[in-house]
Amino acid sequence: MSQQSAGDELSAKITELIEAVSGTTTLSALETIRIAQLGRKGYLTLQLKQIGTLPVEERKAYGQALNIAKQKLAAAIDSKVEFLEQQAQSSALDRDIIDVSLPGRAIKHGTLHPISRSVRRITTIFRRLGFDVADGPEIEDDFHNFGALNIPEDHPARAMHDTFYLSPGVVLRTHTSPVQVRYMENQELPIRVIAPGKVYRCDSDVTHTPMFNQVEGLAVDVDITFSDLKGILVHFVREFFEQDLPVRFRPSYFPFTEPSAEVDMGCVFCASTGCRVCQHTGWLEILGCGMVHPEVFRQVGIDNEKYTGYAFGMGIERVTMLRYGVDDLRLFFDNELSFLNQFS
Amino acid sequence: MIISLNWLREWIKVDWDLLHLSDLLTTAGLEVSSISEVPGFSNKILVAEIMSTNHLPGNNNLKICQVDVGQCRNVDIVCGASNVEAGCRVVVAMPGSSLPGGESIRVADFNGQKSRGMLCSADDLNLDYSADNSAGVLVLDSTAPTGNTLNDYLQVDDHIIDIDLTPNRGDCLSVQGIARELHALTGEKLIGPALKTVKATSKHIIPLEIQAPNDAPRYVGRVMDGIVSQSKTPDWMRERLRRCGIRSIGAIVDITNYVMLELGQPLHAFDLKEINEKIVVRHSRKGEKLDLLDGKSLRLTPGTLMIADADKCIGMAGIMGGMSSGIDGQTTSIMLEAAYFCPGTIARKAREYGIQSEASYRFERKIDPAHQRTAIERATQLIRAYVGGNPGPVFQETSESYRTTPIPITLRRSRLEKVLGHTIPDKRVKHILESLGMRVRILKSGWKARPPSWRTDIEEEHDLVEEVVRVYGYDNVPTRAPKSVVAYTPERESNLTTDRLADFLIDNDYQEVMTYSFVDPLVQKLIDPDSQGITLENPIASNMSVMRTSLWTGLLQALAVNYRRQWRRIRLFETGNVFHGIINNRSEIKRIAGAVTGNASRRGWDSHVRAIDFYDVKGDVEGLFRLAAKTVKTEFKPALHPALHPGQSARITHGSQVVGWLGQLHPKVMKAFDLEQAVYIFELDAECIAVRDLPAYSPMPKFPSVKRDLSITVDIATPADEVREVILESGGSILNSIELFDVYQGAEIEKDKKSLSYGLTLKGTSRNLTEQDIEKVMEEILDSLKKKLGSKLRNK
Repeated sequence: MSQQSAGDELSAKITELIEAVSGTTTLSALETIRIAQLGRKGYLTLQLKQIGTLPVEERKAYGQALNIAKQKLAAAIDSKVEFLEQQAQSSALDRDIIDVSLPGRAIKHGTLHPISRSVRRITTIFRRLGFDVADGPEIEDDFHNFGALNIPEDHPARAMHDTFYLSPGVVLRTHTSPVQVRYMENQELPIRVIAPGKVYRCDSDVTHTPMFNQVEGLAVDVDITFSDLKGILVHFVREFFEQDLPVRFRPSYFPFTEPSAEVDMGCVFCASTGCRVCQHTGWLEILGCGMVHPEVFRQVGIDNEKYTGYAFGMGIERVTMLRYGVDDLRLFFDNELSFLNQFS
Repeated sequence: MIISLNWLREWIKVDWDLLHLSDLLTTAGLEVSSISEVPGFSNKILVAEIMSTNHLPGNNNLKICQVDVGQCRNVDIVCGASNVEAGCRVVVAMPGSSLPGGESIRVADFNGQKSRGMLCSADDLNLDYSADNSAGVLVLDSTAPTGNTLNDYLQVDDHIIDIDLTPNRGDCLSVQGIARELHALTGEKLIGPALKTVKATSKHIIPLEIQAPNDAPRYVGRVMDGIVSQSKTPDWMRERLRRCGIRSIGAIVDITNYVMLELGQPLHAFDLKEINEKIVVRHSRKGEKLDLLDGKSLRLTPGTLMIADADKCIGMAGIMGGMSSGIDGQTTSIMLEAAYFCPGTIARKAREYGIQSEASYRFERKIDPAHQRTAIERATQLIRAYVGGNPGPVFQETSESYRTTPIPITLRRSRLEKVLGHTIPDKRVKHILESLGMRVRILKSGWKARPPSWRTDIEEEHDLVEEVVRVYGYDNVPTRAPKSVVAYTPERESNLTTDRLADFLIDNDYQEVMTYSFVDPLVQKLIDPDSQGITLENPIASNMSVMRTSLWTGLLQALAVNYRRQWRRIRLFETGNVFHGIINNRSEIKRIAGAVTGNASRRGWDSHVRAIDFYDVKGDVEGLFRLAAKTVKTEFKPALHPALHPGQSARITHGSQVVGWLGQLHPKVMKAFDLEQAVYIFELDAECIAVRDLPAYSPMPKFPSVKRDLSITVDIATPADEVREVILESGGSILNSIELFDVYQGAEIEKDKKSLSYGLTLKGTSRNLTEQDIEKVMEEILDSLKKKLGSKLRNK
């Protein structure tokens, strides 16, 4: 066998093998070819092993040719393997196509009661301003609910409170203000605290429920002024309603503050132009406040000359209604899912 | 407080527009709640005079009235009212006019007799002057100018101002009071009718005896004889009273009411002939009774302040007069009373008897202690003008301690600034105080001000501070932005907030509700029969009359409401206080509770939907406990609860304390709420899960762990918890964790047995575990289980 003819034969063989490789459609068929040619006992491997039987002068050239042929074939098989693997993968992916628009299996969640939602927001706002959060008993004694707040027995303000009595001298608190008194009795000065909670009045109609929620605020320090009171409440109103609302302070009367004020904010429904909700005044009344009355300090033994303080109280249902446009107070306590669901 | 703008104008010039007026008063603390127009009439409704009347031929009930309607026009009007008489001034609605009720007036024909208009009754005109308006046509004063429109005659071009007065401003409960306030706010001059003293024309007085000087420190009276009690209240006065919401009773009573509205001093007129001998102001005695003017009959409680004569009570001081001494058509002599009654006394009694009158309302809020004489004189003046009579001398009794002028108060400039955080110029402060009627002296450190008699609410320095800033304008005090301050109370990491618990439940598909703290005692009895609820003395309704002892009552009601609304999957929770009276120093216990019914999960496109059961809800409750202290053991022990299914009810203990209940709602309770599907409820003391463990680091494990499964059979009645305890105990320190992954009862195992399968994780503490170590511990576990619970290894 001449070198020439052996080379030609090899070249023809390789061409044939490469064609066979390209004609295969399965990885196993390719593997068969690989083992038959390139395996330990494969044809090309054996050829290379038998190269010693060739005349010396032919060995080098034939050896080179064989190596090239092996490489070519291996490359062809590799690329075919890659091709077939890719093909297999892509058809496997095709089989796994799903409808991504079907809803997921996530756990559904419930919702916080809107009043709780507001309490949390209010609490967060005041905490950031350095206020502590306190609570107090809902069953109160006469002293904490009235007496200590400068509302003596025959005071006309008592008539406005429509008190629920449990026994003589024991009431359901009519406001959260008694928490002020308890906090001042028990805590060191200076004081900055808010107290959200349930309060009770013996009144039930379209705009009154016998139980509702208030949040009380109190600050006592050596340098608390009316100007600070205005500042904190303007800040609160604007942060809670997330609008740069006008805020108005009107003189009013509470036995436990003096000067006292009612706070109005610009109507959020009509941008203060006048609508049904604000009774065409452009203003919505939202809270009462004032500088702590000296008599209240006297009751809890705080030095009137050294310390001043402010206090405020606000109906949580009221601000929640204004915030979310709820038009019926009673919905908060009807507990219908179709109402509560809306606050998710 | 309702006030007529025209009446106010008699006391002060008001030429601001109404919006400004409203703002002025509102921003000074006299909140104007509304200003409304007085409704007018058609301009074809005229004042007229009846010239003559004749019977309509063939009709005994109707009369033909010749009526002078002014401008030399006479018209015939047919009228059926019994009180039409020649000479009467009346109101005629001319053809073409329409009445306030909408009725159009046309020429009518009565058997050929034309009737050109209609004589109006007060009802026709919507003028509710008195409780009984059925008394025929409205008769006007004899001086009413014929031909005038009713609009002009009654000056309907007026507005009604409604002011919500705060209880400290009793001084503003009068036209004069509002005028004074406007004067302070604007500087506009005070005018008003001349308040003159009327000279006595007789010497008639009646002895006065004040037996309760503390409650009635001042009593002023005057007798008037020769009264023509049937006199008519002048139209203008009757109209003003109406605009202020007060009905006309009769001239004398109307005048006392008028003076009260004008000056703020309540007055009362007694029929002198009903007063036996003398006036005694004293407390009521046991067994005394009084018939009030409004017809009510009262059995008096001892200690009520009364106006009496020598032998009986004739009026309840400051609240309401007695029927017997009231003015009627036969009255010829009267005694006028203007007193100062102690505000607290009146407030207490008015509340005790449930009677509130215009008078008591004013006494409660403190009237001007110096105004009694002025009011008596003003009333005398009006009575003489419209009713006639001869006044006797004014007599009075005043207790020694009674003060009509308040004590001067010092206002320090430094205090004003400390409270306001703002400096108001000295001149402005002085001017404000003076405009409020105070006499002001300038001091080095501030001012000394003596408030006027009517400002009984100004007693201390802080009252002056408020007055100054109120008139200065709250809006003029600068707004100081909040300073950032450190929080005083440290937040503890171990605090587990109720908010966190609520969030857990919400994220597990619970809806928060808020129910009333007072509940129906009958429902509560069904749910928590053993607790004594606290009962309200004055509940709003019987089904809201007892404080809740469990959150379940309200929760189940909320669940039932939604069930009735066709919801079938309902998951509710609530946090709030329950009330048991004082127990361990706590009268209120904060709880967290849930009520759940319906499917375990919401229906989904590939989910297997099944009804919720005990273990679903138990999982939620365990989730709550997992948030809290894990080192304290929580146990669920079978126990009976009246509201729970006896076979599916667990008492929950946390450490050594009973902290709650979990179970299926008892069928009898379900029935009471009309529920038809199983409901699971739980309730926990929130305090027991208010603290959580802090994370405790232990070094990373050095040796690998080994897993082994263990399946055993035990008696069906053996609680899984006990099996777990035995395994944990016998597994010792190398048993790292244990997990129950299967519970089986059925064909493959013995009857009355159940199979429990656990996955155990074992870990060496000081070296790698060998097979022998593992064998040994597994044997120990099995031995213990066999000894203690009689269990067997399953199918091995």
